[in-house]
Amino acid sequence: MPTEIKLPAMSPTMEEGTLAKWLVKEGDTVKPGDVLAEIETDKATMELEADEGGVVEKLHVAAGTDAVKVGTLIATIAGEGETVSDAAASASLPPAGGAGGGGVAQTPPLPKQPSGEQQQAASPPPSAPPSGDPTSAPPAPPASGRGADGDADTASTTATATGATPKPGQVPASLQVAPTTPGPTHRQTVREALRDAMAEEMRADPTVFVMGEEVAEYQGAYKVTQGLLEEFGPTRVVDTPITEYGFAGLGTGAAMGGLKPIVEFMTFNFAMQAIDHIVNSAAKTNYMSGGQMRCPMVFRGPNGSASRVAAQHSQNYAPWYASVPGLIVIAPYDAASAKGLLKSAIRSPDPVVFLENELLYGHSFDVPDGDVALPIGQAAVVRAGKDVTIVSYSIGVGIALDAATKLAEEGIDAEVIDLRTLRPLDRATVLASLKKTNRMVVVEEAWPVCSIAAEIVTIAMEDGFDDLDAPVLRVNSADVPLPYAANLEKLAFVKIEDVVGAVKKVCYR
Amino acid sequence: MAKSTVAAEPNLPLRERPKVPERFVATNAELLAFYREMLLIRRFEERAGQMYGMGLIGGFCHLYIGQEAVVTGVQSALAKTDSVITGYRDHGHMLSAGIDPRVVMAELTGRHAGISKGKGGSMHMFSVEHGFYGGHGIVAAQVPLGTGLAFAHKYKNDGGLAVTYFGDGASNQGQVYESFNMAELWKLPVIYVIENNQYAMGTSVNRSSSEDQLYRRGESFRVPGLQVDGMDVCEVRGATDVAVDWVRSGKGPILLEMKTYRYRGHSMSDPAKYRSREEVAAMREKSDPIEHCKRDIIAAGAADEPKLKDIEKEVRAIVADAADFAESAPEPDAKELWTDVLVGTYG
Repeated sequence: MPTEIKLPAMSPTMEEGTLAKWLVKEGDTVKPGDVLAEIETDKATMELEADEGGVVEKLHVAAGTDAVKVGTLIATIAGEGETVSDAAASASLPPAGGAGGGGVAQTPPLPKQPSGEQQQAASPPPSAPPSGDPTSAPPAPPASGRGADGDADTASTTATATGATPKPGQVPASLQVAPTTPGPTHRQTVREALRDAMAEEMRADPTVFVMGEEVAEYQGAYKVTQGLLEEFGPTRVVDTPITEYGFAGLGTGAAMGGLKPIVEFMTFNFAMQAIDHIVNSAAKTNYMSGGQMRCPMVFRGPNGSASRVAAQHSQNYAPWYASVPGLIVIAPYDAASAKGLLKSAIRSPDPVVFLENELLYGHSFDVPDGDVALPIGQAAVVRAGKDVTIVSYSIGVGIALDAATKLAEEGIDAEVIDLRTLRPLDRATVLASLKKTNRMVVVEEAWPVCSIAAEIVTIAMEDGFDDLDAPVLRVNSADVPLPYAANLEKLAFVKIEDVVGAVKKVCYR
Repeated sequence: MAKSTVAAEPNLPLRERPKVPERFVATNAELLAFYREMLLIRRFEERAGQMYGMGLIGGFCHLYIGQEAVVTGVQSALAKTDSVITGYRDHGHMLSAGIDPRVVMAELTGRHAGISKGKGGSMHMFSVEHGFYGGHGIVAAQVPLGTGLAFAHKYKNDGGLAVTYFGDGASNQGQVYESFNMAELWKLPVIYVIENNQYAMGTSVNRSSSEDQLYRRGESFRVPGLQVDGMDVCEVRGATDVAVDWVRSGKGPILLEMKTYRYRGHSMSDPAKYRSREEVAAMREKSDPIEHCKRDIIAAGAADEPKLKDIEKEVRAIVADAADFAESAPEPDAKELWTDVLVGTYG
């Protein structure tokens, strides 16, 4: 029986990859464990090993092919004693239920591969790297020259940040956020933008350093710190033990001692171990010292739900941190905001909690060329409209933008506001938009109770009451710990239809 | 009570140990300076206790009485470039760092002239100018923070070290060991000083610590430890000199366990039912650090009784002045409620 090698999923969120290189050619004999190919995922270059020996009968996908879907037949290997024609004949048979698929080198047990349909059904998007369990993350050597240019990226992306399916050949609305600063731009992923922000600020200020788990030699659990070790060395790019409470405190002490630390949490779920230092040590010291002891530092990392990693690894902490005086809290959506605001966060004399989103790391946007920092505390109108205001932040902005596209088809012109900074919150921009549209919906990928949405509703009540033609509605994720099962997880997330429904309700349509 | 400085564990092969400390041989001037400083802390704390009773100081107030030799001996071995951080029992550390007793007392009374403008209180005082980084209210939080100060010294290569004080209670917190691990891993210039006053609030070391010889607590991280008679300022100084040499020569962190005792309750509201009056009285009588120093001074002929009385008078005057100042200084202006939340302006 010939073996069909199909592109395996190499991370919980991988839907496609680049077949970077074949290490075998047709006619070669391979043994179990031989490396067949190098596959580039969004996050790392991985080796694909043969599970079984045989003769390489056919390579179905050429080296260098981008956007090969998980599950695509990429090679056929004829078993011992099989003839080439046997193999060729069986290659045309329907796939044999996953039996005999290619194994993956250096990875933990392969996640069971969903079918294409399930994959589409599962809400969150493609090209996001695996989640933050250090044991499940593959080694990430520096990516070898994948032109991560935006057009290729978006063209190859069948779903948007929100799971909406754009029309063929169209860049979805959620990936067309214009930078708020003028000038020439380039297309860049959120991941690269964050890395560039850190690198630029580290070049400019020798007291800036980055520390965290796997930030240096591993090149970042999510590849955000890729290349920093090479450029800045181990004094400024510091791998820590898995000891969040300790290194968050150590970083805070270093800030008190005159440095400007960037403390990376592999995800903010693990920062709960360290939250005492963020809140009690970093946020309050300036006040408690009557303004004489500063704590200029950034706590950053992915926050919010990833994909299929269940309740303990899927939480949005924005409302927690945004409730604390003494902290700056930033949660960007697009790459330009991510870069510009991270640069400002590093320069800020105050402690900043910088909340990224794993599912957005691989998405590309237009980013201004050069050294462009963005002001903290300013929201952006990312889509102008006159009928209703949709307020959101982080990944919710993409959902809001795609919902706005749908609403436009139905004759509702929605304005979308990306809050970008959650503390201090830009009340003025929210209220000005409300004054214009008189209707408001808040979209937030977080639990509803005591949420940012609740705060926006309060602002509208307190200072925009006379402008309201309808109650403000909020669309939050389900008020439950996030379930693992694909269907339940999808039910828990905020969906475009929910936003469309809420907007229609406030528009009385 | 430890009789005297003892060496740490028996030497392990292939692992360098700090040398066995010797009791510091102080000059007459140094002895008098130790005496004066310890007395200042004692009288200051007694006065703070009285003012608390009068309602002039509120909230939590943790007095340092009994432990004066620890901070006095340690601080005397440090250089200007060094950093110091401690927990909430911090008044003595402030005074020992050379900070004006007036602004410390005014902070206790919550006045604008206080070192934190009255916004920190007893537990939260800082003076970056004096290398004093607080003043932290969460038990053991200062340990990683102090380790971070040491990280900054090493990063800046400024030759400084960080002294991180904490208590026997804090020594059971997990973040202490997270800090030991990183400090040794990265050879950070930090001296950990456990002020073992034998009670974490009301829980004795024996009732809370499976390894009650706290100087051994760094061993599994390769952080060497020394146990020191913390009621003898010259023993404290001798051990600190060894620790400073160890750290400044790039060997990484070291741990000093200071065996000491607090005479007063954990805080002002402590009924002290967990120990007998006799125990406290015996400690005061036999091991008081100030009396010990006084005996050394007399023995060395550094001063006679009248001279010591003069010092006592001078200290009392300083404390009385600080108390008057703290009582009469105005409270912070109402607008201070909103200042110092953030340094930058945004939006």
